[in-house]
Amino acid sequence: MQTTKENSKSTDSQNTKFNFDYAPALESTDIVQIKDRNLLFIDGKWVAPSQGKYFKTINPATGLPLAEIAEASTKDVDNAVKAARKAYTKTWSKLTGAERGRYLFRIARLIQERARELAVLETMDNGKPIKESRDIDIPLVAAHFFYYAGWADKLDYAIPGQKVSPVGVVGQIIPWNFPLLMAAWKIAPALACGNTVVIKPAETTSLSLLLLVQILQEAGLPDGVVNVITGAGETGTALVAHADINKVAFTGSTDVGRLIAKTVAGTNKKLTLELGGKSAHIIFEDAAIEQAVEGVINGIFFNQGHVCCAGSRLLLEESVSEIFVEKLKIRMQQLRVGNPLDKNTDIGAINSSTELEKIKKLITTGQNEGAEFFEPNIEMPDKGYFQKPCFFNRVSSAFTLSRVEVFGPVLAISTFRTTQEAIAKANDTPYGLAAGIWSEKGSKVHKVASSLKAGVIWANTYNKFDPTSPFGGYNESGWGREGGRHGLFPYLNTKQGAK
Amino acid sequence: MRTISIQKENGNPLVISAPFVDEVGANERADSFTKRSIKKDSKLSALYLAISMCDLTTLEGADTPGKVQQMCAKARYPVPPDLISEYLNKKNLSSIPSVAAVCVYPSMVPVAVKALQGTNIGIASVSTAFPSGQAPLEIKVEDTRFAVEKGATEIDMVINRGAFLSGRYQQVFDEIVEIKKVCGDAHLKVILETGELGSYDRVRLGSEIAMEAGADFIKTSTGKVTPAATLPVTLVMLQAIADHYRRTGKKIGMKPAGGIRTAKQAIHYLCMVNETLGSDWLTPDLFRFGASALLNDLLRQIYKEVTGRYYYDKAFSID
Repeated sequence: MQTTKENSKSTDSQNTKFNFDYAPALESTDIVQIKDRNLLFIDGKWVAPSQGKYFKTINPATGLPLAEIAEASTKDVDNAVKAARKAYTKTWSKLTGAERGRYLFRIARLIQERARELAVLETMDNGKPIKESRDIDIPLVAAHFFYYAGWADKLDYAIPGQKVSPVGVVGQIIPWNFPLLMAAWKIAPALACGNTVVIKPAETTSLSLLLLVQILQEAGLPDGVVNVITGAGETGTALVAHADINKVAFTGSTDVGRLIAKTVAGTNKKLTLELGGKSAHIIFEDAAIEQAVEGVINGIFFNQGHVCCAGSRLLLEESVSEIFVEKLKIRMQQLRVGNPLDKNTDIGAINSSTELEKIKKLITTGQNEGAEFFEPNIEMPDKGYFQKPCFFNRVSSAFTLSRVEVFGPVLAISTFRTTQEAIAKANDTPYGLAAGIWSEKGSKVHKVASSLKAGVIWANTYNKFDPTSPFGGYNESGWGREGGRHGLFPYLNTKQGAK
Repeated sequence: MRTISIQKENGNPLVISAPFVDEVGANERADSFTKRSIKKDSKLSALYLAISMCDLTTLEGADTPGKVQQMCAKARYPVPPDLISEYLNKKNLSSIPSVAAVCVYPSMVPVAVKALQGTNIGIASVSTAFPSGQAPLEIKVEDTRFAVEKGATEIDMVINRGAFLSGRYQQVFDEIVEIKKVCGDAHLKVILETGELGSYDRVRLGSEIAMEAGADFIKTSTGKVTPAATLPVTLVMLQAIADHYRRTGKKIGMKPAGGIRTAKQAIHYLCMVNETLGSDWLTPDLFRFGASALLNDLLRQIYKEVTGRYYYDKAFSID
């Protein structure tokens, strides 16, 4: 406290350096009620897992358990699929598009009404800063339901010249980085198109989806239309392998995506995969440099870097590389890593000890390979799973950090000399999910954008999401698109001519 | 990067460059400071600091010695000591600080000098045919000389927007140089009048020209044009100051003026300064608020912090 009695005159304060440490501003958790033991949601009812197995979900910011989650066995998965099939045949596919839309609008409004509760719970279970769950995740969740609610009665116009029908029962597996948002990306278009759903959240982040179930119940969604089976890899395998699933939608790592693709090969299941990325963030010398620095910060440190489309490879035009790196260092010094429930926290907790170890290991690899390592001198929490934001400079294309997805707050920086080299370097990756271009020269932006092999290209911004815009990758970043009109296609069968 | 060439008074060439500014990105970054949540001790010390940074201002055609004397009294004692001292003592807090300066027209400088005798409060005078700046340079120089001679310790000049917008940057530069000469020991604040410049690119360029020409402070607005100070405009200027410091080692001050009315807004500005320039700039020597309504809200919030309740509306004098 600087305003002590001794320096009562304003002039005295000029001699004392003002230390502006932001006092903790914690979001209250009173609004959230977490059950000690959470069951499966099948056919409109909460049911205990058939084998009686439960696992713990923890708060990564403290390392302490939050609740027990039911582990769904193959039998539970089968029950869930049966319930979804029954609901599909008996109720959901019989409704008109307008009627389905009404449910979705109602769900969207209820999400908005309970936004704070959802945001706090998401932050507790996932570790992301409340600032992000409050201002980005949950508003986007509602926006996705609103957007696809609008499509429900307009599907005949979704694909010109084609008549459409739902595919049936869909199995969905979602990741832990945006638990509720990824659920919304999958549930909303599936329901709008007339399908029923069996969905499995990641084992470390089940709670927000279970809260969404309460909202679905409140909205009066018919039994069996959405079934939630919690569990880990085995539960997911059982879901993907189930014979009565018509479509599988998966978001997660490329390795698991490959396994799923093998499992469904030879069946007539439709498949969409949203996988990893090593997205290029290209800064040209004619960029608006201050905003580009901000874009890079947002590109790699948003959500602790647990973003499949994170701008994890920074490509700097050589003429501005030094000043850019200097500005980046200064900016990183202002990042606040800490309690995710603190409204002033910029970077929250890493979701699990497994992920934290993976990140640490890759940082060690980066250091051994000889790139220049930088991390800011900032305060870090003394408990929980946290990783200091950092970057490696002068990373060559052959280094691990240029090729392997870290999925954490670790940036790899390299330089280029010409536009052609920038494009070649950006495309030099097995992935192809996203890319960012910073230049004040519009013609250059368009030219480069058309040459980049990535599903999402941002110009003079990064990590902007909107339900109207399709999202998905090239090559090892996945198959298919989610969001926008394109996001309807995987959930529809099409035929030409009259229905 | 926008680059212009200027000839300095000694005939040497000077290249001034201003990076481009992405408007959407600048607005977004500025908005992020409104999400900072400053509470408890941090809030209280920020409120104290903000008071000590206020340039209490009256710039009306209707200004009279009486009005200026009233404002000077308020500058000295923003709040009657008895009203709050009991509570401050209880919490071992210092008394409410004086403001940094008062800001008046040149004709009112003698009144302010007399009223503020024996204090450290600065006397800022607007000059150079404020607010439009539409007068010949000789008049602007005389205007400034008069204010300095009468005791102004700070000069708030306006740039020649007519020249700036028609691309006569040399003229803008030269005018600032001329005014700086007559300032003597008085600190020179250069007002860009950002509300008339039309883009952040121009705000950035104007900031660079002003700093190169000798400004001690750069200031957003006269308060006579809407929009006056905004967070993003101030951010663009703070970034120019940061780059100037990196290049030259010289610390230029910043003064947003007009439109900052609430303590909450003031704290957003302080967060922005803190995270853009660092705590070195969190001093009245390098950061000021050009405001008058702000002071009472700062006092209201301090009262609330130390007593746990708001005082009734009439507690603090209007000027």
